[in-house]
Amino acid sequence: MASISEPPAESFRLSQLIYDTRYRSMTIQVVAFILIMAGLYWLVNNTVQNLATLGKDFNFGFLSSRAGYDINQRLVEYTSASTHGRAAFVGILNTLLVAFVGCILATIFGVVAGVLRLSNNWIVARIMGVYVETFRNIPTLLWIIVVFAILTESTPSPRDFRGDAPEASMALFDTIAVTNRGVYTPAPVFGDGSLVLGLVFVLSIIGMFAFRSFARKRQAATGQILPVFWISLGIFFVPTFIFYFLLGAPVTLDYPTLQGFNFQGGTHLRGSFIALTLALALYTGAFIAENVRGGILAISKGQTEAASALGLRPNRVMNLVVLPQAMRVIVPPLISQYLNLTKNSSLAIAVGYMDVRSTLGGITINQTGRELEGMLLLGLFYLITSLIISGVMNVYNNSVKLKER
Amino acid sequence: MSDTSPHASFVRKEMLPEQAPPATAAGPIRWMRENLFSSIPNAIMTIISVYVIYWVLSHVMGWLFLGVWNASSLNDCRTVLAAFGRESGACWAVIEDRWLQLMFGFYPSDQYWRPILAFILMFVALAPVLFSDKVPAKLIWFSMVYPFIAVWLIWGGSVWSPVLMIAGFPIGYLAFKIIGKYAFSGLAIAAAIVAAALWWIVGWGAVDTALNRMIGEPRFETVMAESTAQIEALPPQIAASEAARDAVGEEITVISAERDAVAEQIALIWARLNIDEWTPELAEASAELDAISDPESEEAARLRGDVLQLENEISEAQATIDAAGSVLPSVDELETLQDEFASYQGTLASMRNEMNAHNIELNSLNSELSDATRTLSQLDTLRADQADLPMLRDEARAISRDPNATADEVASAEDAVSAVERRIDDTYGILGLTGLEFVESRAIGGFMLAIIIGVAGIVLSFPIGIALALGRQSDLLIIKMFCVAFIETIRGVPLIVWLFTAQLLLNYFLPPGTTFDLLLRVVIMVTLFASAYIAEVIRGGLAALPRGQYEGADSLGLDYWQSMRLIILPQSLKISIPGIVNTFIGLFKDTTLVVFIGLFDTIGLINAIRADTDWNGIYWELFIFVGLLFFVCCFSMSKYSQHLERKLRTDHR
Repeated sequence: MASISEPPAESFRLSQLIYDTRYRSMTIQVVAFILIMAGLYWLVNNTVQNLATLGKDFNFGFLSSRAGYDINQRLVEYTSASTHGRAAFVGILNTLLVAFVGCILATIFGVVAGVLRLSNNWIVARIMGVYVETFRNIPTLLWIIVVFAILTESTPSPRDFRGDAPEASMALFDTIAVTNRGVYTPAPVFGDGSLVLGLVFVLSIIGMFAFRSFARKRQAATGQILPVFWISLGIFFVPTFIFYFLLGAPVTLDYPTLQGFNFQGGTHLRGSFIALTLALALYTGAFIAENVRGGILAISKGQTEAASALGLRPNRVMNLVVLPQAMRVIVPPLISQYLNLTKNSSLAIAVGYMDVRSTLGGITINQTGRELEGMLLLGLFYLITSLIISGVMNVYNNSVKLKER
Repeated sequence: MSDTSPHASFVRKEMLPEQAPPATAAGPIRWMRENLFSSIPNAIMTIISVYVIYWVLSHVMGWLFLGVWNASSLNDCRTVLAAFGRESGACWAVIEDRWLQLMFGFYPSDQYWRPILAFILMFVALAPVLFSDKVPAKLIWFSMVYPFIAVWLIWGGSVWSPVLMIAGFPIGYLAFKIIGKYAFSGLAIAAAIVAAALWWIVGWGAVDTALNRMIGEPRFETVMAESTAQIEALPPQIAASEAARDAVGEEITVISAERDAVAEQIALIWARLNIDEWTPELAEASAELDAISDPESEEAARLRGDVLQLENEISEAQATIDAAGSVLPSVDELETLQDEFASYQGTLASMRNEMNAHNIELNSLNSELSDATRTLSQLDTLRADQADLPMLRDEARAISRDPNATADEVASAEDAVSAVERRIDDTYGILGLTGLEFVESRAIGGFMLAIIIGVAGIVLSFPIGIALALGRQSDLLIIKMFCVAFIETIRGVPLIVWLFTAQLLLNYFLPPGTTFDLLLRVVIMVTLFASAYIAEVIRGGLAALPRGQYEGADSLGLDYWQSMRLIILPQSLKISIPGIVNTFIGLFKDTTLVVFIGLFDTIGLINAIRADTDWNGIYWELFIFVGLLFFVCCFSMSKYSQHLERKLRTDHR
């Protein structure tokens, strides 16, 4: 009887590490790992040597030492006796404020410009085209400087508001003053009962969303359509109004008034903040407009035609058929534009706005000489922020992804 | 049956000719009805837009086009504007004066042909990439050689420097071929890289020094004699040129004074004319104010303001007239005086050109003199160094052998030797220079700087970006993790933070004692930055390729690198070209950020020009000029990439 013999077992030869595809990937990875580690070691070694030569060490103790400089725009308490860590925190809050307000404004500008660019009114489409192309093709820094120059050189000084025949007057029923030192607007003053009012407001928004989902379920079950828009509007305004008067007007406005040579009271929005936010919003809005336009154009005309053939009216076609599909194309680039705006806010130093780059990466580093630690913290902050924003984008992408083969 | 009666009048033999459609159904009226006035909201928007456009243009056009092109300072501009009775106008004279500086920075003006030639050759080098079907394919060799030629043209150097730099590639290739015969491909590639690296780090420098010495040594005497002669001859020439320039300057002052006298006369006439215009206005406003019923109303306040303003302006004009004292010119003379003013302006313009020419001549003579002085002192030091060198070397050797010597003494002796050797090499480098004269990186600025950083960043980041994209896609975990970490870190941090890292921290990461050019550090950082973005674009291109291409390559038996080189990368790079052009546009605009680390790009030069006493206070004209430069470049690039996208999309139908 013939016996089936096993094939001879292959012995392991060293050259298999390179030629055999089973082991080659392992070899390459090990070699790459060694090279990367060697590179990192060389970098760290150089850094240590250089620090030793310069007599510096690597610690973060400077964060708890006295800052000694003032920050003129801040959202939290800060004086020149606070620590460098506190200054960095104020800078971070300033950056996040610019990013938040800038993103909202940019979305408004971008969506309006993008939708208007698709309108069949030739003049309006061309005007929006001019806006988009002008802002997209000129660097951000130049726009920030130009807007700041407009705000400081072409606006009246507070002195011009004085006297019987002032050269300048306040806008909007004498509540807002636009000067070359900034914009003075009324500030809300929260009295007693404003917490309750706030709670009512939040509850009314939750109620609005609850009503919408209720209306949707009812339409799916019975086919009856409720007037969602008007009822939502009512839910938004009416409870807050009623409680406002019931509680005896807890929230009042503090108006800016001209006293002496300057305005007192109200909120003082400095020119640097407005210039930075406005310029960034206009610049990013141009890119968002292109994204929106591309997204709406990417939906094939057949969708609109089929929806019309089903008897849907134009606004329902837009809301129910075109926009949900366009969102999938629009939202990822939109989120990356938000990311760009957050990163571009680091140009604040051009107008003197104290964001995290100007406090932590500017004055603190200059005063303490801790460039390495300061830059590391700065980079870490931006990295964490951008990872959070791209994480949001990835979550959105995965939730609307088309499942492909 | 017979036909109908022959008297019927309505039987036609031929068709009526077509009538033109009614006016509202064709031509421009139909277009306006459809596009502008198709519905009530549309019509309202059209009217509002037309009003906005009219308002903007009416304010801006006058200022833009009635500007002053010919003046020497901002105050001069204002004088000219006042002479011609214009309220405001753009002072374009600052652009006329400084546009070369805004374009080239502080580059020596007699060497402008070098960057211009490099710019033109850049388009020739880009042609095989961007217009691949219209250009012979052999031109790609020029594209590969172009970076070295461009560096040589802009920074200068001997004729053999680009050749020596390029020589690294054939040397690496030779090593690859030779080792490839005896060992497997991986080792051959490693050998090629090692050989090329050795050449670029050590070999090229040695050959360069040897050539310099070979050429420089015989030149020593002639250069010495030349420098001495120049030091003798130049100072009188400089003095003569200065005298000539001062003479022109004096003439300019004289003619400016005459012109200003005429301007004063014109100002008096304008004051008279203004008073004549404003007095009836004042009378009208006062009459209205007296007639008004409610003295507290807003209308009354406004009228009081107007009256006050008119009174102030009239009294100012009257004061100007009274202060003049001399005989007032009559109003009819305005035109003649303005013509005289214009002719003075013309003379002043040509004199300013003459002055500029003298200044350029003076600058070049001065730099020649300083060069000659420096060369002479260097040549003297050279001989002295060459005499001292053996002695210093003996000393250093003795100290290093001495057991009692401290480490510091040994180090300082060795430093002395290497400093002398470096000085000798530098002097021979200057003696042996046959080719283009050196230009420092500090002199490079303006728009040229933006183009250099942008183009260098993108071109150099290309191979790194491809490697990162392939690495991010690979199955090897370590390489994938490294590539992902690298890309996400670089993309997550703003460019300005990276530029600050380049300026402050790159010195920490490199071995102690290495310092190099700020511009080189910036280009390295911008290259790393761009490579992360290019990697993402190429990753998109690789993903856009259908899976069938990868599977087809595998089924043909091609291994990883062959399939990449022959099938995947050519197609995906073609798809990603629009994305790469967009990344380039973004990077090009971001080069303006180098103003924060002290390089003089366009925005830095704007700040410098505004700090000049002549042009203090000017800002719109400079912003418009720089904005226009960027707009023209970026807009044409984005139009090109849209054209490319359209062309490439039809290929893949």
